[in-house]
Amino acid sequence: MSRIEGVLQTLKGQGRKALIPFITAGDPHPDETVGLMHTMVDAGVDIIELGVPFSDPMADGPVIQLACERALKHGTSLRRVLAMVSEFRKTNDATPVVLMGYLNPIEAMGYEAFADAAVEAGVDGVLTVDLPPEEADDVAPMFAKRGLDPIFLLAPTTTDERIRAIADHSSGYVYYVSFNGVTGAAKINVDEVAAKVAHIHELTALPVGVGFGIRDAETAAAVGRVSDGVIVGSVLVDTIARNQTDIDALKRALTDLLNPMREALDSLAS
Amino acid sequence: MSVKLTEEMLTALPDARGHFGAFGGRFVSETLMDSLMTLEREYLRLKNDPEFQSTFDKDLADYVGRPSPLYFAERLTRETGGAQIWLKREDLNHTGAHKVNNTIGQALLASFLGKKRIIAETGAGQHGVATATVCARLGLECHVFMGADDVQRQSLNVYRMKLLGAQVHAVQSGSRTLKDAMNDAMRDWVTNVEDTFYIIGTVAGPHPYPLLVRDFQSVIGRETRRQSLEKTGKLPDALVACVGGGSNAIGMFYPFLTDESVQLYGVEAGGHGIETGEHAAPLCAGRPGVLHGNRTYLMEDDDGQIASTHSVSAGLDYPGVGPEHSWLKDIGRANYVSVTDEEALEAFRMLTLVEGIMPALESAHAVAYAVKLAATMDKDQMVVINVSGRGDKDIHTVAQLDGIEL
Repeated sequence: MSRIEGVLQTLKGQGRKALIPFITAGDPHPDETVGLMHTMVDAGVDIIELGVPFSDPMADGPVIQLACERALKHGTSLRRVLAMVSEFRKTNDATPVVLMGYLNPIEAMGYEAFADAAVEAGVDGVLTVDLPPEEADDVAPMFAKRGLDPIFLLAPTTTDERIRAIADHSSGYVYYVSFNGVTGAAKINVDEVAAKVAHIHELTALPVGVGFGIRDAETAAAVGRVSDGVIVGSVLVDTIARNQTDIDALKRALTDLLNPMREALDSLAS
Repeated sequence: MSVKLTEEMLTALPDARGHFGAFGGRFVSETLMDSLMTLEREYLRLKNDPEFQSTFDKDLADYVGRPSPLYFAERLTRETGGAQIWLKREDLNHTGAHKVNNTIGQALLASFLGKKRIIAETGAGQHGVATATVCARLGLECHVFMGADDVQRQSLNVYRMKLLGAQVHAVQSGSRTLKDAMNDAMRDWVTNVEDTFYIIGTVAGPHPYPLLVRDFQSVIGRETRRQSLEKTGKLPDALVACVGGGSNAIGMFYPFLTDESVQLYGVEAGGHGIETGEHAAPLCAGRPGVLHGNRTYLMEDDDGQIASTHSVSAGLDYPGVGPEHSWLKDIGRANYVSVTDEEALEAFRMLTLVEGIMPALESAHAVAYAVKLAATMDKDQMVVINVSGRGDKDIHTVAQLDGIEL
């Protein structure tokens, strides 16, 4: 059983929902990322999605675009992101780490070289935004063979046929994108999300994490009620942007955002 | 090295998932997949629909003004002292470039699909103008994304688009050029996918765009082939076209791919020179990667980050290229070369002075290479240059380089 499956099963047994933060690796500076990861673990998160910065993040809104620019300015390469995960693993063997990003940096490194290095570093899952399962025939099995969970997106526009096919290629969890749009937009409709996630649950046994548009404890609880976990990204990245120069203040601000989300999610536990 | 292509091989490409050999495909976020699959299905159906085809052909004739002439550049030929140089006059199309062939086709597709809101990206502004034009004609809402730097250097086209009723969105992110315009167009599309049709301007992007843009632009090569036989009794020995994304080049090349005797030359933007790294020539100096929905040759660094590009011509200032060109390069069917900003500017002046035809700076790249090529060929041979657009939009750029304030 992968680390991701283990964590999600334990939570399910407790009747709890996963809190999954996303931050861009190397933002505000590569030296700070591991510290921020530990801070988020202390604030009660279950799985960390670590963004691999890319020069052309087409699926992201301005907040994460700017985070990519800050990270790249400080030379945050894919290899350096893997080194951050190794560093994190020195003192944390429990919290799963999912790398999330775009295909080209992985393609440039080489799929096999990347997969080997990711396992070696202690990465648990890989989510590549612009790699649909149709193009992942070689890549997904290569990841799965090494125990890396291939994680794919589902969207409001995804047909039933594709939901089944995507679930077949996935392990760990599937990531449901709550609305048509880019990250950081504020247009989530919880009733629509509830209906679609319930439908996805009928088509696959995999846990469903929901991301895009979750900004506070209230939306986290509303979405947590109908899913297996919530993914929180732009609001954290925006907090990083506003506290770039004072890391202690940044860590306090992240904790202040995540603590109420954790409490709100746990208040759902039956 | 070069593979002999047959009709059977060509009709099998792209394959069902949009691949040209190792290139192409559909690398987009999940939200767009259903829309792309619907577009593919509908296009493959309409492609063989007589009503769709006759409407397209009629628009090309009566609205665009096709066929565009194949013109013998007699004085340029004499000055060059080699092969006969002929010009395919796409600059004479309505709106002044080849781009309109494709926007007519895609707007027609949008109408058949019932989409009322159109988005497009543009570099030099020619595709934006061509899109705004067909939207004005069909009464469709039009949004054009354009890099903020390009808005600056192509202000004439920006104003043309506004006059045509389009909203022009200046894109401030990244390198503020064509690739960033395409990023923002994709972001808009993912947000408004239910009611919006994205008219991509070149043979790049996710499947089926490279296929349908190539099909719409192939009218250039079909006409050239017929006109060449009518006027000279033979096929040309060489075709020369500029390559940014590569739509005018593929449109010219495609109907000749199985004609082994016809040499194909795609001319990329060498910028300040390939050796300086400041250029936009992924086929000459890049390597395969994935950007904007397809696998193709790209300009990127060792970490897979997309490199910034440079060209005096906004329409060629793009780090990628259509996947079918990548395939043609790898199988050795087409030759890809580059000319510098300086050579292109010289060719711009030469064609203007010698033939009274002012080419777009994009097309001037093809002129520059073709003149060098023709000089090495025999007098009974024939070179056709695709003059993909007219140069009026570039007068400000050229004047500025001359230090003249207009």
